[in-house]
Amino acid sequence: MLIRRSKDIPPSEITPPEIYRDRRRFMQGLSALAAGTLLGASPEAGAGARLVGIRGSAYRLADEKTPYRDITTYNNFYEFGTGKSDPASNAGSLKTRPWTVTIEGAVKHPKIWDIEALLKLAPLEERVYRMRCVEGWSMVIPWVGFSLSELIRRAEPTGNAKYVEFVTLNDPGQMPGQRSRVLNWPYVEGLRLDEAMHPLTLLAVGLYGEVLPNQNGAPIRLVVPWKYGFKSAKSIVSIRFVEKQPRTAWMMAAPEEYGFYSNVNPQVEHPRWSQAKERRIGEFRKRDTLMFNGYGEQVASLYRGMDLKKFF
Amino acid sequence: MGAVLRNPKVWIVLLCLLPLVRLIVLGVGGGLGANPIEFITHSTGTWTLVGLLVILSVTPLRQLTGRADLVRYRRMLGLFTFFYACLHFVTYLWLDQFFDPAAIARDIVKRPFITVGFTAFVLLIPLAATSTHAMMRRLGRRWQLLHRLIYLIAVLGIIHYLWLVKKDLTDPLVYGGVLVLLLGLRLPLGVALLRAIRGRWVPAGS
Repeated sequence: MLIRRSKDIPPSEITPPEIYRDRRRFMQGLSALAAGTLLGASPEAGAGARLVGIRGSAYRLADEKTPYRDITTYNNFYEFGTGKSDPASNAGSLKTRPWTVTIEGAVKHPKIWDIEALLKLAPLEERVYRMRCVEGWSMVIPWVGFSLSELIRRAEPTGNAKYVEFVTLNDPGQMPGQRSRVLNWPYVEGLRLDEAMHPLTLLAVGLYGEVLPNQNGAPIRLVVPWKYGFKSAKSIVSIRFVEKQPRTAWMMAAPEEYGFYSNVNPQVEHPRWSQAKERRIGEFRKRDTLMFNGYGEQVASLYRGMDLKKFF
Repeated sequence: MGAVLRNPKVWIVLLCLLPLVRLIVLGVGGGLGANPIEFITHSTGTWTLVGLLVILSVTPLRQLTGRADLVRYRRMLGLFTFFYACLHFVTYLWLDQFFDPAAIARDIVKRPFITVGFTAFVLLIPLAATSTHAMMRRLGRRWQLLHRLIYLIAVLGIIHYLWLVKKDLTDPLVYGGVLVLLLGLRLPLGVALLRAIRGRWVPAGS
């Protein structure tokens, strides 16, 4: 059998990856724009639009960043399916405008924030964080956002606010994965108030200097870099201040496997697999997982005196 | 050439090589996604399971079609299944654990899903080793007894899959359902059912 091989070098071989990627995103931008025109949504709300006025921050890891393509095509977001590529394939049906985030519970100033106002709440910063998934892989991600504490301070929690609960949108029409009962919808996550107030805890609205793509939790998500990825709730519609420790979606699904704290900890293994090592996406050999995902210096004091095997 | 193409074994070999060819093509073209090692691990594991189910469907297919010659292709299907199981195991040893004997030993002892997967792999080895005509003759009746291990291996393979998924059990349950069906068709009621179906399709005497 004769197989004729093309002598042409494919463009992907000669164009630098950054530009090649941009060409792809230019096309995506065009189709998003076209979809936006049809649906009457504002085009600047779309993923890939450049965010302006981003400041640097002290929290920028020097490690090599995971490519945009990997961050946006390989992740968990069960609202769009349980496969790693499902979010990228299915998140197009999510409408991020109009969008509101309700601040409620034990606060002096409950409020329904419109997303546009929330985006202007505090100056946007770039933060390059490690992200460690409970499944044993990791990435280095340049998020854009501001500390959750900025929002909490304005809400003024009362003395009854011991924990903060984050609720993801629950709309099977937009989130096809919610038609299956794989988790108890809506997705609920939670932090202790002092964890939520920690300067590292980020409300992210962007990625690589651009509006967050739907599959990564648009329009606004949490990023808690010293905890396993599932603690960082995506597409948040409500932030509640409560007295009792919230029952999170993963605690309800498998309480013996996923605890409330879920701090990255190489010494505390998942009941079915070790957490001692991780595969950083793009690397061949596994690397050692760091205590608190490498943020021990900043956050270890939050857990002083606690048995982290018990409070996993 | 014509004779070669008319030989079903040639087509079966080509078909069985497709999953490997796909991995190579995707690998060369950078199409294995963000986590290529996970992709290879899952793909070789999936095709091993598919192979086990295909092997176990030969007997029911014989009942259904009345074609005794189907059994002639089972050895090759079995050896290809063993081949994909080896690729799966080597991927784990090399790309996942980097031949770290302490870590591998710990995994096999401590992680139930690895314990059952490893057991299933070890049990496949004697079956592959005794697949030749010479071994069949030498072992006689004991050969068939030994090769009944395939039922246990298939069950272990499904458990291995069930215990490793994080939450969504759909896929392992689909494979498990097919296995239950294939095993059920070996019970007297299942065999009678297959023969009844065959009787309705095939006119008497043909």
